Amino acid sequence: MPMTLAQKIIARAAGREAVASGEVVTAAVDLAMIHDSGGPRRVEPILKRLGAGLFDKDRVVLISDHFVPGNTPQSQEILDGARHWAKQRDVTFYDSLGICHVVLPERGHLKPGLFVVGGDSHSPTGGAFGAYMFGIGATEMAGVLATGEIWIRVPETIFIEWTGRLGPGLTAKDIMLALCGRLGMDGGRYQAVQYGGDAIAHLDMQERMTLANMAAELGGQTGLIAPDAVTFDYLCAAGADPDPPELWQGDADAVLDEHHVFDADALAPQIAAPHSPANSADAELYPDTPVDVAYIGACTGAKYGDLKRAAELLRGKSCASGVTLLVAPASRRDQDRATAEGIMAVFEDAGARILPNACGICAGYGTARLGEDVTCISSTARNFRGRMGAASSKVYLGSPYSVAAAAVTGHLCDPRNLLAARAL
Amino acid sequence: MGRVFRFGDDIDTDVLAPGQYMAAPLDVLASHCLEAVDPEFAGAVQPGDLILAGRNFGMGSSREQAAQALKQLGIAGIVAHSFGGIFYRNAINLGLPVFALETPIAGEAGDSMTLDVEAATLTHDGTGAITRLEPLPDFLITLIRDGGLVPHLEKRFAARKHSQ
Ligand code: SF4
Repeated sequence: MPMTLAQKIIARAAGREAVASGEVVTAAVDLAMIHDSGGPRRVEPILKRLGAGLFDKDRVVLISDHFVPGNTPQSQEILDGARHWAKQRDVTFYDSLGICHVVLPERGHLKPGLFVVGGDSHSPTGGAFGAYMFGIGATEMAGVLATGEIWIRVPETIFIEWTGRLGPGLTAKDIMLALCGRLGMDGGRYQAVQYGGDAIAHLDMQERMTLANMAAELGGQTGLIAPDAVTFDYLCAAGADPDPPELWQGDADAVLDEHHVFDADALAPQIAAPHSPANSADAELYPDTPVDVAYIGACTGAKYGDLKRAAELLRGKSCASGVTLLVAPASRRDQDRATAEGIMAVFEDAGARILPNACGICAGYGTARLGEDVTCISSTARNFRGRMGAASSKVYLGSPYSVAAAAVTGHLCDPRNLLAARAL
Repeated sequence: MGRVFRFGDDIDTDVLAPGQYMAAPLDVLASHCLEAVDPEFAGAVQPGDLILAGRNFGMGSSREQAAQALKQLGIAGIVAHSFGGIFYRNAINLGLPVFALETPIAGEAGDSMTLDVEAATLTHDGTGAITRLEPLPDFLITLIRDGGLVPHLEKRFAARKHSQ
């Protein structure tokens, strides 16, 4: 029976020749990732209650990112608890080195064919590497940590193809905001979303991670991209030991539940209005919307490539008066690379405030939370009411280019105009 | 039997469990549950009450506190057009029954209804109208009957110890 990539991975994890969409199977988990918020403080009491140890300490990775840098007594206590747990349970721990979805692959923990769970809703990010990775809550995570297995309904595959090539000033974030607008936040129906096509093949790994990450905003269980040479090279450099990409491809004649085709050449930069990523429209359709805060942050919007793009537009410029530019690089490693290449200096020269390599205000944590009635443009994934601060704050979502362009002009705009002026 | 609270589409986890109170104890967090859309909700809800909602209830983050807060407040079941996938799993794992139903259900907020999880029916206590829901697979009913994943696993681990 021909199988999709999702079915092949689940079949392997379930110890089966083949699986069909809709059947519920129990699968062995290759890797479980947890963070400081949903992790130790929530799973340990359950493990204690069960009298259970970890199913395999070498298949558990803990990453602190949500309550970093611990600037309140409560968050400090949560971080201390995570540190203590990592020692006690003897698991791999990346402490304050960046956001979990970025740190996990950059440290070589992911590769095609793995069946992985993460204690965070943006865990589909791992799908960019051809792993079946999805998010679960803390109780379910405790169950996984105790037993090494989880039930899963074998998903259908929703294939999203992008033909052509993204033009200058366009990014994976524009693709995702456009998809949220067209398919809706439940368009993924908790099935496996898979991306493909020429435009996707030409994206680097970090851009692909943005696509997979925001499969969560489409309501998909995961966001897969079949591995190719780009994946293979990234993973080898990260110290993983990937199978050849040919081993983890869906069969050409496998049944796809939906197949959507979009043209990347026709895409304009997208901005999503409050309070949903699905409220997206062409960036030029937001005239006269001034912003107070421009935020370049989060797993989906402040990786090295995102920082580089924002800096391309910001170089030699400063923020419009009254605009606060906040930059929270997604990982220490990405920030170090950006520093070495002069990218961080561009932000500092523009007057930006540099924040820790953490979730920060993306999840409403930290000192930079948005105040009453503040209007913000953000490179993050979600603009639900009150998520980033006061319930009266308004958050627009856009690519790092769009955030940088708003920081410079003081209002929402199509970043391509500024980029074109640059090129002259 | 419980009173019904009605909500629209896209009730997200930030509304159910606001980030600002995520570091606080569960009862404090629960007292702010849904306040962005209905400031009266947390104060008004009684044990046994039910929620009827639109599409994509519980969409957003994996934070289980979204389902826990509802359970803490005494919500006995949720029927919605569709659910955020992780919320759906979390609710079941916490022993909170959730049913997806495409067709709208007649009834006003405040009406009394009865949810029968095993029979998969929702009965309007006033009119007697019965809505059939899609039955949950047996093992999920077992999970819910056991009180959620943890008590379910407790049984399993206890049985394992016993047999050793
Ligand atoms: S940066 Fe934002 S979206 Fe990413 S893991 Fe942290 S809170 Fe979630």
